Amino acid sequence: MEYNAPAGKNLFDNAKVVGKPTRRIDGPLKTTGTAPYAYERHDVVPGQVYGYVLGAGIAKGRIAAMDVSAARAMPGVLAIVTAPDTKPVGKGMGNTAPLFGGRDIAHYHQAIALVVAETFEQARAASSVIRVEYERQKGAFDLASAAPGAPLDTTRGGEPDQVRTGDFEAAYHAAYVQLDERYTTPDESHAMMEPHASIAAWEGEKLTLWTSNQMIAWNKGSVGDILDMEPDNVRLDSPYLGGGFGGKLFVRADAVLAALGAKAAGRPVKVMLQRPLIYNNTTHRPASIQRLRIGAGKDGRISAIAHEGWSGNLPGGSGENTVQQTRQLYAGDHRLTANYLATLDLPEGNAMRAPGEASGHMALEVAMDELAEKLDMCPVELRIVNDTQTVPDEPEIKFSDRNLVRCLREGAERFGWANRNKTPGGLRDGRWLIGMGMAAGYRNGPVGKSAARVKLDRRGRVTVETDMTDIGTGSYTIIAQTAAEVMGVPLKQVTVRLGDSAYPASAGSGGQWGAASSTAGVYAACVNLRRAIGEKLGFDGDAATFDNSRIAVDGGSFALTDAGALSATGEMTYGDFQDDYSVGTFASHFCEIAVDAYTGESFIRRMLSVCDAGRILNPVSARSQVIGAMAMSVGATLTEELAVDKRFGFFVNHDMAGYEVPVHADIPHQEVVFLDTLDPVISPMKAKGVGELGICGPTAAVANALYNATGIRVREYPLTLDKYLDRLPAV
Amino acid sequence: MRSFTYERAKTPQQAAAAVAGTPGGKFIAGGTNLLDLMKLEIETPVHLVDVQDVGLDRIEPTEAGGLRIGALVSNTALSADARVMRDYAVLTRAIQAGASGQLRNKATTGGNLLQRTRCPYFYDTNMPCNKRDPGAGCAAKDGYSRQLGVIGISESCIATYPGDMAVALRVLDAVVETIDADGETRSIPIADFHSLWGDTPHIENVLADGEMITAVTLPRPLGGKHIYHKVRDRRSYAFALVSVAAVIQPDGTGRVAFGGMAPKPWRVAAAEAALPQGAAAVAARAFADAQPTDHNRYKISLAERTLAGVLAEARS
Ligand SMILES: Cc1cc2nc3c(=O)[nH]c(=O)nc-3n(C[C@H](O)[C@H](O)[C@H](O)COP(=O)(O)OP(=O)(O)OC[C@H]3O[C@@H](n4cnc5c(N)ncnc54)[C@H](O)[C@@H]3O)c2cc1C
Ligand code: SF4
Repeated sequence: MEYNAPAGKNLFDNAKVVGKPTRRIDGPLKTTGTAPYAYERHDVVPGQVYGYVLGAGIAKGRIAAMDVSAARAMPGVLAIVTAPDTKPVGKGMGNTAPLFGGRDIAHYHQAIALVVAETFEQARAASSVIRVEYERQKGAFDLASAAPGAPLDTTRGGEPDQVRTGDFEAAYHAAYVQLDERYTTPDESHAMMEPHASIAAWEGEKLTLWTSNQMIAWNKGSVGDILDMEPDNVRLDSPYLGGGFGGKLFVRADAVLAALGAKAAGRPVKVMLQRPLIYNNTTHRPASIQRLRIGAGKDGRISAIAHEGWSGNLPGGSGENTVQQTRQLYAGDHRLTANYLATLDLPEGNAMRAPGEASGHMALEVAMDELAEKLDMCPVELRIVNDTQTVPDEPEIKFSDRNLVRCLREGAERFGWANRNKTPGGLRDGRWLIGMGMAAGYRNGPVGKSAARVKLDRRGRVTVETDMTDIGTGSYTIIAQTAAEVMGVPLKQVTVRLGDSAYPASAGSGGQWGAASSTAGVYAACVNLRRAIGEKLGFDGDAATFDNSRIAVDGGSFALTDAGALSATGEMTYGDFQDDYSVGTFASHFCEIAVDAYTGESFIRRMLSVCDAGRILNPVSARSQVIGAMAMSVGATLTEELAVDKRFGFFVNHDMAGYEVPVHADIPHQEVVFLDTLDPVISPMKAKGVGELGICGPTAAVANALYNATGIRVREYPLTLDKYLDRLPAV
Repeated sequence: MRSFTYERAKTPQQAAAAVAGTPGGKFIAGGTNLLDLMKLEIETPVHLVDVQDVGLDRIEPTEAGGLRIGALVSNTALSADARVMRDYAVLTRAIQAGASGQLRNKATTGGNLLQRTRCPYFYDTNMPCNKRDPGAGCAAKDGYSRQLGVIGISESCIATYPGDMAVALRVLDAVVETIDADGETRSIPIADFHSLWGDTPHIENVLADGEMITAVTLPRPLGGKHIYHKVRDRRSYAFALVSVAAVIQPDGTGRVAFGGMAPKPWRVAAAEAALPQGAAAVAARAFADAQPTDHNRYKISLAERTLAGVLAEARS
């Protein structure tokens, strides 16, 4: 089914099941610990043995020698696969350094050996007696010193990433007020609960990987590229993931080493990346340096805006697009946006939840707060006067459905913004300094082709199969809702099977495209199934009404079971009419914070996000997405940082104790409101994603609240108390 | 983790003898610190002597009017004991500021005292660390040292003693009781229990090989207001950047010890005497000899400010 014009009224608009608050259909499996996650799939293949990964102990250089003789002699050891004895594997999508093989070390904790043994403990013990000698090389580990000479980023589309509209410099100099500030964001880790894990088994040339991966179709191909084999000989199965956040978009070392280890040992092998390895071995959100210059008139209207971002990566790696939201969020005739990319020898940077925009808002939306103060203007008002309904650099492109102003007004109203103290550092409640902050949020609303198969059995049960993944987001439930809605059956009559590459290829989970895309694919398949039923029973499937497991047609009706067993596949694809639109999601975010005037400790008191993301398929899981992202925003703003050791070239705090994500006690009260909007351009579902919108802006709302509380502006994230303690009032 | 042998001792002396008699032997209590370190091969004992069956799991009054806390009393039980909550509230507050509920259920009084530093380089066996590998050098000194020590440290090691409970025990002037393989016992004032690093950062306390902690005794109650304020980057499941344990009397005198600053809970008599003059006077004396890095210099003003807050709380 090709989607080639904005949606009119369709089957989804009945919204009997979609849009209703619906508990996760997979909830009981999760809460009883019976959802099969990759590492615990003991039943899928007999004879599984364990692999333990050894990571490089240096950041850059070569393996001069590796002695595994002692390890081979250890009890239980079945095989040892070493990098020097393995030709570097190929690169799959999103791989910058080879995941394994050869003597060269590209980054710290790059995998250099896998020990396979009968038990995990034996594999671990043996790995520790492998002796490695390195030749160290000097590397570049400091973004601040590499940034000044860095060229424009060409890693997105090959062209230098710089956009100019009008004459920024002239307009900026002529502006009534000017703001010119720099902000830095640190390297961050996905720190998802479930480590990267895979079980591999070979059957002749055929490889099965039971794994934890967001993108099944991509990575079936990638495994083929990496292991130099036919993708058709690869099966991936990933029905449940304990979080991904972009860290599992691509094939990583667990899958590759499980496959190599299984071949070497002649047994199925399971590999989970050890927690201390994950931070340096896998990908992370790269650090950024961002410069914002904004010129505005007395009325707050932006006349000139420049946002430049610097990030670094390994040679061949991509840059972080921190200016993306600045190209969409505010009006202003004279503009400059650019990304620069330095070469570093730190572990590889790649996508993490709202890549680019999550960090970008941490600069742009604080700059807007600073601008509002210079103008003596309400920060909400400043954003309202600069709203735009067309893309500022490309005025011929309209936003498909943009309700940012409604988000701002409704958020301000609900949060009690009008009552805030406007004097930074001016509100004290006992030992607490109290502040409020807000920010706007934008994340694009991508959609991609997606397919599914829908089967009807003789009892009227509907089963959906697609390689879509549920990374904790609630895909199972919204897909079941979609099928229930379109097929007119109760939700409990629907079974959903996900994550197997044997199923039709979906858009997968990433870039907040998953919900919109995968449900559209299921919709297409359901429409085809309705037509097939109609053909069999002699009516027009598009015109009939499917409801309550019955079918009403002109002059009669059927039970759904009259159709017998049938199945249909369908795929939603997209015509180029969408090129005339910018499809985005929008939000306003508010935060109240208390700062201990003595110690500088900051405690969030409450947070609110008002989101405009089209139809909300399931308010329960959508809310979970947003509150999770708000919590992640608190971490990004206040605590999370991969600390770089610039001498040894690695992230030092590489475990859950050292890399501090928020705990429950840090997140007391969160409220999420969804506007009841419909976006007719994105897909027939009129629904956009929310999973990343929620991390675009709450960061800055927290930072702005901290400023409002203390009167101290810190522009280097995370905003830990050591950065402002000495500027707090004397005690 | 290396393979090891394992036994369960029936009495404290038997445990002490078992450890003393086996090179590379070690006690294991709750295992919440030791097992983590063994998994990373930072500790590589060849024989573990489990002390969970030796008794020592009671809190009893002493003749001197204090309490005797068995070495195997869990952190949860100790912090929730009615006598402790009433008379030694600083101890309850310190314990409850540490780790998580699950860990405190397993963690023991003896094991807690002996928990090892949280220096991140200590945890990465690719990095030089004098504490792990005497003579190898110290990766932290010129590295990422935001959480590390500012006073009582040495050229060899700038790590801190990370625990909370011991900081409260230090203001309470607790005494650590031990037994050795021969059944000899001794009483070690908590002030003398932990060692400064000096040139031997791998030696962290005064226990002899195979000497087992049997109890911690608390002197009679001090009265006063008991406060423990732990400053950390997140609200739970994080070690102290700085902590302050204080017992403040109505006249403004009192006792104070600092955590997160040094190889041991940091208590300085001359500084404590200045309590009535306020936090600045105390901090100036307590940290006069501090040698912070650029990353952790903030700890000195943080300690002073935290104490100021504690004193304000004591007055309120
Ligand atoms: C994630 C995490 C967070 C934590 N956060 C905090 C925190 O915020 N604050 C805090 O204070 N602590 C914290 N801890 C540390 C925790 O308090 C200690 O791990 C615990 O107290 C150790 O007690 P245990 O009985 O488990 O000791 P074990 O691990 O069994 O033993 C520790 C050491 O003591 C020795 N030992 C044990 N008993 C005796 C004895 N009777 N005599 C002689 N030697 C003995 C062992 O040989 C070993 O060397 C945390 C730990 C973890 C894992
Ligand atoms: S500070 Fe101490 S524990 Fe840390 S690396 Fe240096 S010697 Fe090792």
